[in-house]
Amino acid sequence: MYSEKVIDHFTNPRNVGEIENPDGIGEVGNAKCGDIMRITLDVEDNIIKDIKFKTFGCGAAVATSSMVTELVKGKTLEEALTISNAAVAEALGGLPPLKMHCSNLAADAVHAAIKDYLDKKTKV
Amino acid sequence: MQENRNEGLILRRIYLDHSATTPVDPEVAELIMKYYLESYGNPSSVHFFGRQVKKAVEEAREQVAQLIGAQAGEIIFTSGGTESDNLAIQGTVRARGNRGKHLITTAIEHHAVLDAFKYLAKNGYDLTILPVDEEGIIDLEDLVKAIRPDTILISVMHANNEVGSIQPIAEIGKITREKGIFFHVDAVQSLGKLPIDVVKMNIDLLTISSHKIYGPKGVGALYVRRGVKISPLVFGGSQEKKMRSGTENAPGIIGFGKACELAGLRMNEENKALRQLRDKLIKGIMDNIPSVKLNGPSGDKRLPNNVNISISFVEGESLLLSLDMIGIAASSGSACTSGSLDPSHVLLAMGLSHEVAHGSLRFSLGRQNTEEEIDIVIQELPKIVERLRAMSPLYNKVD
Repeated sequence: MYSEKVIDHFTNPRNVGEIENPDGIGEVGNAKCGDIMRITLDVEDNIIKDIKFKTFGCGAAVATSSMVTELVKGKTLEEALTISNAAVAEALGGLPPLKMHCSNLAADAVHAAIKDYLDKKTKV
Repeated sequence: MQENRNEGLILRRIYLDHSATTPVDPEVAELIMKYYLESYGNPSSVHFFGRQVKKAVEEAREQVAQLIGAQAGEIIFTSGGTESDNLAIQGTVRARGNRGKHLITTAIEHHAVLDAFKYLAKNGYDLTILPVDEEGIIDLEDLVKAIRPDTILISVMHANNEVGSIQPIAEIGKITREKGIFFHVDAVQSLGKLPIDVVKMNIDLLTISSHKIYGPKGVGALYVRRGVKISPLVFGGSQEKKMRSGTENAPGIIGFGKACELAGLRMNEENKALRQLRDKLIKGIMDNIPSVKLNGPSGDKRLPNNVNISISFVEGESLLLSLDMIGIAASSGSACTSGSLDPSHVLLAMGLSHEVAHGSLRFSLGRQNTEEEIDIVIQELPKIVERLRAMSPLYNKVD
């Protein structure tokens, strides 16, 4: 039911972990529905210099988290904000239909982390 | 292509999903082949080909009846557990709906029962769904209190497919028989694992299935006690005493009969071995993984082959995928494996939180499992859990 790429990212997830004192934190989903993604990132000169994820969820949730970190690392914040959940799924060679809405939230988590960074910045 | 990934890397596969389905016993498979290749007649035909098969089908009926303490004439062959459940429930309502409109079942039934009742509840019937305790067992007092003068059917499963909890069927049977209420029991998971005596247990309708007891898929039966009148759902050629029209799945039925015979012969010995493996697996998991909970009862109140655990901070489908990658087949009550957004209704009914229900894992053991296989699971599962927990944002928060 999963593509080779999904299995690859599930088995060898990229950028797992948590950045200490991150510039932005984004968390989406809830334990009730079975998926939680937490993204931490460091920003330098408007570019995502480092990004890490932690995810509680199914294979698709882990794989989309891993994939989104690869897609946005080194990108400008504006570029990162244009990457959608659908684009993440596409980069993984597609997801089973049922997973498209329930476990495909990784881009949302990145967007939330960027928003968190921008909010903190304007407050300073 | 995708199906073949990793195939070369896995040296042995360990099947621990026997509550989903079992392999067909070689003796059964051999017998079935004969009825596909040589004795292929239609049992309704008058000629030799038909008579030969008819005789074998009737022998199978005897074999099935014997395993549950019934008479052969009380067995109706169907396409499986789901059809038998539907025939029992909808057939009762069609035959007795004019006597009352109240139905009783439990919160942990298989969807074949629960959804049939929910359909009726939407169409003019009153439905009481009994709760279960934290072990997944109903309270008899709740049942007695729920009975009304217009209750026509009570349906309670013998043993639960997810957590292996066993219900007090004989006690319920006493109550329903005294009140003249039809009593249906879904015994799909208990057949061949627990003794069933439809007479002693005062059961009116009993659902059983072949492919859970090393028989072929696509065949099951409904026991209908003599004198109990229900209406058919399928009309046509009047097979199975007009209760289930359609040409009989003769090879399937004959295989089911043989599987019942073998189950009867092997039950006691096999269950002793299964209980040992079950308890070894439970202990091995509990001793080697922190923050794990056993779902369902222990000891004799639990099916001999069922292990169901919740592993905190990880999600069930991730566990299944990880196990599958090293060749271990299990199942989960996680939403991701149920095809819906909610985790198992059984675990929720037992009071588990959504989070904990999402992290549930079921191992159902079978005839060919060995101690060595259980050792491998006990050795490998903690590594998988550790890897997934290291990835989990929930785990960090409690550190």
